[in-house]
Amino acid sequence: MNAKQAEAMIKFMAAGIGEHKDTLTALDAEIGDADHGINMARGFDRVTDKMSIARYELPAEVFKDVAMMLMSAVGGSAGPLYGSFFVKMAMRFRGEESISPELFGLALSDGVNGVMSLGKGVRGDKTMLDALIPACDAYNKAVDDGDNIENALKKAFEAAKEGAEATIPLVARKGRASYLGERSAGHKDPGAASSVIIIESMLKGTEI
Amino acid sequence: MMNSTGLLIVSHSLHAAQGIADIAVQVSNGQVPIMGVGGNDAGGLGTSPDAISEALQQLLAKCEQVLVIPDLGSSAISVRSAMECIDECGRVRLISAPILEGAFMASVEASIGSSTDQVAAVAEGAREFDKFI
Repeated sequence: MNAKQAEAMIKFMAAGIGEHKDTLTALDAEIGDADHGINMARGFDRVTDKMSIARYELPAEVFKDVAMMLMSAVGGSAGPLYGSFFVKMAMRFRGEESISPELFGLALSDGVNGVMSLGKGVRGDKTMLDALIPACDAYNKAVDDGDNIENALKKAFEAAKEGAEATIPLVARKGRASYLGERSAGHKDPGAASSVIIIESMLKGTEI
Repeated sequence: MMNSTGLLIVSHSLHAAQGIADIAVQVSNGQVPIMGVGGNDAGGLGTSPDAISEALQQLLAKCEQVLVIPDLGSSAISVRSAMECIDECGRVRLISAPILEGAFMASVEASIGSSTDQVAAVAEGAREFDKFI
């Protein structure tokens, strides 16, 4: 994966989040404070503005800018959480111009660990981690089996979708939904839903 | 002599954070460094790690340790994120105290010269406080 593909990934994320802004907000209205889609869209608008004037040589530079913009502009807890995810990935990419399948997998793992460390969350809490952890595991298994980034991300995307669906019956143990207790069951977690869009966008970015 | 303990109130609402800070400032006659920060960077409900970092830097210039009282768990995430961006984060402590009552009691405790540990304990104990006695 190179800088151009990294930029493409982010453009797909911005488009995907924008397209699903209302759905994400509606999910968040059921078990949260009804602003996840709005917040994420605002964050990605900032990302798009920043990227339109920047010239990138390295994937790390792209991911670092995404992290900084999301951290500042999203406004809800998704800002720092996704910010941490992308900044950890950027840190793993370092000065590499071309990211190997293995390095991308290490970066995904670092990103997931960053989210877990900042949010103090684990799988099963009914959060973005319930999509990201299975996605990361599926990606790394695929690479171990010899897949390239694109094919590994296809598997990651499937796992993310399943993970997000699996949040539906869960009772939230983290986040605004956790204040609802049992009433949070029966609804998909909005953070998991947005994570699916993020992973899908990574896949689309490698296909250009 | 530098103040021992300062307070940072973090809320999703800037109004709420500033209002609570005002109450806490008044009870200690302005002796304790206290700031309130809140809202997203568009001025709506939410939190901004940048604004939190900025407030922390200002308070750290005036006191040895800063106790941060967040309104909800998601504010705590923003605070932790902000703390990663400052060098002196060892002097900052996030505490789980009721935001208004905790700030009020922390301000009183800090104004009598108690240690930061004691101020934090009093703030966290505020949730047991019966306000109707």
